[in-house]
Amino acid sequence: MSKKHQTPLLDELKKGKWPSFVTEIERAAEKSEMTDDLLGQVEQSYKEKMGHWKHGGMVGVKGYGGGIVGRFSDLPEKYPGVKEFHTVRINQPSGFFYTSDILRKIVDVGDKHASSLYNFHGSTGDIQILGVKTSELETIFQQLVSFGFDLGGSGSALRTPSCCVGMARCEFANYDAMNMCYNITQAFQDEMHRPIFNYKFKFKFSGCGNDCTASIARADLSVIGTWKDNIRIDQDMVKEYAKKINLHKYVTGKCPTKCMSYDETGLKIDDSNCSKCMHCINVMPKALRPGVKGGVTILLGSKAPMVSGPRLSMVLVPFYDVAEDAKNGYQWFKDLIGKIWEFWDEYGVSRERVGELIQRVGIGNFLEAIGLEPLPEMVSSPRGNPFVLYEEYVEADGEKN
Amino acid sequence: MTDETKAQLEEAIVNLIKEFTNKKRFKPGDIVKEMEMKFSVNGVTKDDVKAAIRDLTDSGRLIYGYAGGSFLSLPE
Repeated sequence: MSKKHQTPLLDELKKGKWPSFVTEIERAAEKSEMTDDLLGQVEQSYKEKMGHWKHGGMVGVKGYGGGIVGRFSDLPEKYPGVKEFHTVRINQPSGFFYTSDILRKIVDVGDKHASSLYNFHGSTGDIQILGVKTSELETIFQQLVSFGFDLGGSGSALRTPSCCVGMARCEFANYDAMNMCYNITQAFQDEMHRPIFNYKFKFKFSGCGNDCTASIARADLSVIGTWKDNIRIDQDMVKEYAKKINLHKYVTGKCPTKCMSYDETGLKIDDSNCSKCMHCINVMPKALRPGVKGGVTILLGSKAPMVSGPRLSMVLVPFYDVAEDAKNGYQWFKDLIGKIWEFWDEYGVSRERVGELIQRVGIGNFLEAIGLEPLPEMVSSPRGNPFVLYEEYVEADGEKN
Repeated sequence: MTDETKAQLEEAIVNLIKEFTNKKRFKPGDIVKEMEMKFSVNGVTKDDVKAAIRDLTDSGRLIYGYAGGSFLSLPE
């Protein structure tokens, strides 16, 4: 098929041995004329060093305030194919598990009613069908519903919760991240599909400190697996690793809290000083495993640099016995979320993320409002100073008790 | 909340948005606060207002839009 637009700049991006987004758009353009216009518009954007997209507007499906991201070209006469080029966000299953049959069904819908371009997955975790015209939105939505899928979140709403592969495929998972993600997604459907917040709110669930969902940087509320007892050590396997790698250099020497040592008697770990960073376990997965008393650390407040600068989450609940709460449908966790949202709703301003609100009003006021006792473990990073000043330990003249 | 209050609440929400068409974009949160105050004597709660907004958007009397934040609007 001959190209409608000449794209010398984009052609440069096809060179090299790695997959190229230009190659994929060109493949999609063989099926879809609108995608051909996409190539033209992107080429012009590269040439002029500016984007030609507008977003937002009154785009959606009936009854839903989220799940569709409106996208329009500001050059509709020149590139009519991308005059309307919306994104449909589809709530992904926990851990991104699909059958090939359901994937074929989804892409058949996208090929017939959209641009034949997809994101697997968007940065929040959803499957994204790209390049949908307004007139096709309801059709696509109804077909997805018939497959048992639903839209994800967008706008000032709860964004689609996502999790790592958890206990389904990972030996490091300290709790059932997939179950928790699924439960929370079902519980907060209204908050996801009917925007009611000041701004977006994201949950991400990671099974261990490796944090495969990058929740500490990308979720307003990060749920990260940890353990309470000691790292399990198989000393025989440690000796096997010692034959292959320099443990002093690559294991004990890289421990951020220097809580471990190795000599001919074996590996010793001062678990009271371990920050559960997962480094040693990652290097020697056959010799070391997380402890058996698994749970999670709940952190709050991270965001990307949009309105103000980027933030990482801070520790809100150092250890939460998630397995126990799971027996009760995660009710304690849901109540905590309810209190956080109530405070954010009451005191947050438009386009203010919850982390920014906490920074503005102070952690003390926030903790008091949500009914959590301040703890020394509420830190922004391991070994960091706590936010809380314990006044009862300080005399009036400033002398410490 | 009685059916009569519910109908009045839904009407008040639509009228508020109608009155400020092309003047102000109402976030759902703004409407919840406004209506909770206005109907407090009728015992209307936040959840009642949220349910009313849900009914209005499900029936198509109101639609959501997005411009830097989500807002409610009359259908075009």
